[in-house]
Amino acid sequence: MNNSDNSNRHMISILMENEAGALSRVANLFSARGYNIESLTVAPTDDPTLSRLTLVTSGNEQIIEQIVKQLNKLIDVVKLIDLSETDSIERELMLVKTKAVGEQRAEMMRLSEIFGGHILDVTESTYTIELTGPGGKLDNFLNAVEKDAILEVVRSGATGIARGQKALHV
Amino acid sequence: MEPITGAEILVRCLHEEGVDCMFGYPGGAVLHIYDALYAQEKIKHVLVRHEQAAVHAAEGYARASGKTGVVLVTSGPGVTNAVTGIADAYMDSIPLVIFSGQVPTALIGNDAFQEVDAVGITRPCVKHNFLVRDIKNLAETVKKAFYIASTGRPGPVLIDLPKDITIGKAEFHYPKKIKLRSYNPTIKGHAGQIRKAVDLVMSAKKPMIYTGGGVILSDGSTELVELTQLLGYPITHTLMGLGAYPATDRQFIGMLGMHGTYEANMAMHHCDVLIAIGARFDDRVTGKIEKFCPEAKIVHIDIDPSSISKNVQVDIPIVGSVPNVLRAMISVIRDEKLKPDTKALEHWWRQIDEWRAIKSLSYRQSDEVIKPQYVIEKLYQVTEGKAIITSDVGQHQMWAAQYYHFDRPRQWINSGGLGTMGFGLPAAMGAKLAFPDQDVACVTGDGSIQMMLQELSTMKQYYTPVKIVNLNNGYLGMVRQWQEFFYQKRYSMTYMEALPIFVMLAEAYGHVGMRIEKPGDVEGALREAFAMKDRTVFLDFITDQSENVFPMIPSGGGQNEMLLAERDEMVSTHEEGMVLV
Ligand SMILES: Cc1cc2nc3c(=O)[nH]c(=O)nc-3n(C[C@H](O)[C@H](O)[C@H](O)COP(=O)(O)OP(=O)(O)OC[C@H]3O[C@@H](n4cnc5c(N)ncnc54)[C@H](O)[C@@H]3O)c2cc1C
Ligand SMILES: Cc1ncc(C[n+]2csc(CCOP(=O)(O)OP(=O)(O)O)c2C)c(N)n1
Ligand SMILES: [Mg+2]
Repeated sequence: MNNSDNSNRHMISILMENEAGALSRVANLFSARGYNIESLTVAPTDDPTLSRLTLVTSGNEQIIEQIVKQLNKLIDVVKLIDLSETDSIERELMLVKTKAVGEQRAEMMRLSEIFGGHILDVTESTYTIELTGPGGKLDNFLNAVEKDAILEVVRSGATGIARGQKALHV
Repeated sequence: MEPITGAEILVRCLHEEGVDCMFGYPGGAVLHIYDALYAQEKIKHVLVRHEQAAVHAAEGYARASGKTGVVLVTSGPGVTNAVTGIADAYMDSIPLVIFSGQVPTALIGNDAFQEVDAVGITRPCVKHNFLVRDIKNLAETVKKAFYIASTGRPGPVLIDLPKDITIGKAEFHYPKKIKLRSYNPTIKGHAGQIRKAVDLVMSAKKPMIYTGGGVILSDGSTELVELTQLLGYPITHTLMGLGAYPATDRQFIGMLGMHGTYEANMAMHHCDVLIAIGARFDDRVTGKIEKFCPEAKIVHIDIDPSSISKNVQVDIPIVGSVPNVLRAMISVIRDEKLKPDTKALEHWWRQIDEWRAIKSLSYRQSDEVIKPQYVIEKLYQVTEGKAIITSDVGQHQMWAAQYYHFDRPRQWINSGGLGTMGFGLPAAMGAKLAFPDQDVACVTGDGSIQMMLQELSTMKQYYTPVKIVNLNNGYLGMVRQWQEFFYQKRYSMTYMEALPIFVMLAEAYGHVGMRIEKPGDVEGALREAFAMKDRTVFLDFITDQSENVFPMIPSGGGQNEMLLAERDEMVSTHEEGMVLV
């Protein structure tokens, strides 16, 4: 398994019964079978009996095929889609607290604007910036900011949805 | 409708499911359930002496009868003791429903007395599990559990029952049918795939049929026999598949895999079309994956998509249940009057018969010391090949598989996937309870039998007369064999010093004990034991300590790299194979 090879990165979106323990079944499956999890997000949907879970994983074709089959085998999994196999939209939310003193204040604001961010909270020495986008874009922002200026980073993990008329529902 | 207690609801559910026999052990958290069981007579409850045995006995019952086995254990140590059995059932896909008591809902998470997270502990080794939090869901949960356990790829399902749920009251409604939006096993094979499979199968010049536990689990033996005879192709079984096709028929070429016959493994290695049916390409079967069936195009029929192309990439996958898919294949072949390539087949059979002539299961008989293979051969003769045989784990298990020729499904009951020593005795008890009129024998070893010995007591109480065939080699023989071959005879911790006098032990538990030391006494002892229809007899056969199981493919070897008895220099296993078990 190759974690770093991005071409093998897959985003799998799952509709599950909103039961206690459903999330641990997924998490267990990945640790028990030695699959990678890069990120995992979960929340109830508009239908309160269902949760939607998005996970990002990596592996060669054979491993991904097994992951999909093993997930489908879980009794609580109702439906799933490998979003990487279709044209899809990926979004992640990131909150970043940065230093903002002197010249940094203008520089930070400019960077935030370039990346389409919003400054949510301001103190005399810090900014708290909200950014959304595909994971790569958030990485780029962090790379653009000088290391010392970053005080804290929170990322939600990726979520996604297919483009066009295709919809994952029951 | 009068509200009744949760415990009563549970018992009513079991009645609705037609449960006639269950295995368990009481404790604080399940006292209400035991009280409700006391008030009824439809279900026979067998009180085992250890919860692991309850699960193995339920497995024996389920494996022999095809019905779902039922287990009841208390919270904490009750359920942790059951975990090995549950894992065993999971690995071999055996339908079970296990009820575990739990501390009252209000105390969950408080480290209450005898509290363990049963759902968490068992999650990796069940098909599914439930914690009942509301008595209103109890009956429906039981219905779901039986449905999930017994359909699709079967497996164990656990229901954790907090004590307050069993005490509270509700009206009893048992759903007639259940539909789960998230669980819909595919039974019928895809017609297009079946078509492609038939074309490939009919084009074969060197075909091979390889079948496993899935044929037994799905009761697909009739269809398998029909298809195999229609085609005239050679057939081999995994350890879990034995009995699906009659072993005494010429088309059966023996078990395959690590301890399979020479002809089965060679035919696998050289075949051009492999028809895999309800088998999961286990590493004890494939040997080194890169060397597995190098020339073959593979059809794989399995109800579980995750079994397909997991270890070996296949060419034509068919998801579906064995009887349905085979029936569909037979229809196509019959309707279109398709005929196999008889000329090629004749040639292929000639080759297979050459391999067969090597007689890879031959062994050197002795006048002085009892050969374990000989005991199994005699067991086969004395029971006329008709007994239900359960087995423990080790060399004796392999000899039972090799030398008892199983002609019908569900006749051979053993722990294949988990390889659980201690399985055999409680499983024999369960099988005997399912079929009281049939002869049941447990083939075991001096190591394995001591892991579940206490069940001799249960067997006395519930009158389950089975014959225990102990192949006593004074060693953890299977491990000793590996140490002989791969660890230069450094026999680390495999010699069983201070074995008990098994005859006296059997007698202490109220059974008959016999010790047999000479080859000439083997048959007579077996006849005597089986004549005692109503007694459990412990036959302690003192066997050759140095005997090894052949043929053997050392881990990491290819299917064509077998070691044969006393013919090959013992070579050290492949380096990379040393990590395998
Ligand atoms: C000491 C020891 C030595 C062993 N040596 C050998 C050996 O030499 N040779 C050997 O073969 N094994 C050996 N084993 C056993 C081995 O570990 C595996 O348990 C066994 O090979 C698996 O058998 P199987 O492929 O039939 O799968 P099973 O575990 O029986 O699985 C059944 C398969 O059938 C499928 N299935 C279930 N229901 C259906 C249905 N309705 N329709 C279609 N498919 C279905 C399941 O999805 C699964 O894929 C040994 C075990 C031990 C303990
Ligand atoms: C519970 C358990 N512990 C350890 C093992 C590893 N193991 C496999 S076979 C074997 C030896 C079995 O000895 P015995 O029952 O005497 O059978 P023999 O091989 O001598 O016929 C052992 C220790 C196992 N399979 N199960
Ligand atoms: Mg032994």
